[in-house]
Amino acid sequence: MSITFNQLTKWIVRAAEQIMKQKNYLTELDQAIGDGDHGINLSRGFQEVVHNIQTLETDDIGQLFHTIGNTLIQKVGGASGPIYGIAFIKGGAILKGKKEITVSEFSQFLHKSVEAIKGIGKSEVGNKTVLDVWTPLADYLQEKGENIDWQEAISYCWEQAEKTKSMKAVKGRAAYLGERSIGHLDPGAVSSSFLFEALFETLGEGNEAK
Amino acid sequence: MSRYVGLVLISHSYDLAYGLKMIASQVEPDVPIAIAGGTEDNDIGTSVIKIKEAIESVYSDKGVILFFDLGSALMNAELAIDMLGNPQNVKIADAPLVEGVYAAAVESGCGADLEEALKVAEQTRLLEKKI
Repeated sequence: MSITFNQLTKWIVRAAEQIMKQKNYLTELDQAIGDGDHGINLSRGFQEVVHNIQTLETDDIGQLFHTIGNTLIQKVGGASGPIYGIAFIKGGAILKGKKEITVSEFSQFLHKSVEAIKGIGKSEVGNKTVLDVWTPLADYLQEKGENIDWQEAISYCWEQAEKTKSMKAVKGRAAYLGERSIGHLDPGAVSSSFLFEALFETLGEGNEAK
Repeated sequence: MSRYVGLVLISHSYDLAYGLKMIASQVEPDVPIAIAGGTEDNDIGTSVIKIKEAIESVYSDKGVILFFDLGSALMNAELAIDMLGNPQNVKIADAPLVEGVYAAAVESGCGADLEEALKVAEQTRLLEKKI
């Protein structure tokens, strides 16, 4: 089973739709423990991403991810811009020149992304950030490989996001709240789950609509 | 070569960055100071592109010190430096924005080098304001 350039493009379009639809929800989550701009910022960024990738004349996945990352860095404005942006740029570098990839290669992309996010965010797993979804997911995809069940992957992803509720924030604006951040979901972990849910839904539909 | 270390003021708010530049320029009108405030549309946020251009506009061999307000501005500042190829004489100050910029402007205006100006700016973290 391979993941094609077209499927990845469809993923991003679907993810963007979902993020725009969930804009208010993400913003509410961020109002509880952050500065309340997560939904607005990400929507703005992904709207622009959709615009930019639809005019992209390539079938190189590395280039697709580079464009996604660059657009997010330039358009998002809040912390999620550099975080998501660097994840796609640095992670996507290993997919350069590829027109289709395996699940295992996608997990390698995630592992690279996780490294990049750790670098720029100076954070670790358990700090109530996007890493609490991206890191376990990278391992999960690596372990499951080609035998992955996309529905199960969606459930797994949301379980990871749910775990951030009991974590204490030590990074970002939420860190100012300390203990009071406990009991709230991390907005970045939730937006990450929307992102990956869209991917797994797209891949679950298979290759039929190439 | 410029005689002064350049300063870049990064804030989530354009107005905040602009206002701070007014304060610093009043005391040291000759020191090159650039601002990167707000997103590309001047909404609340920061912009890597604005930061990169601000650095370029005040860059010289003397170096540049970047000041930022809140966390995500730091990430964008680091990215901007990364995009410029990580020049060794562009530094990010770990300092309170207003006091740090003010101190660095004065130091730079007196002809301090990059390390000296950065050190004085970062020492403002320890300032007691009500003495």
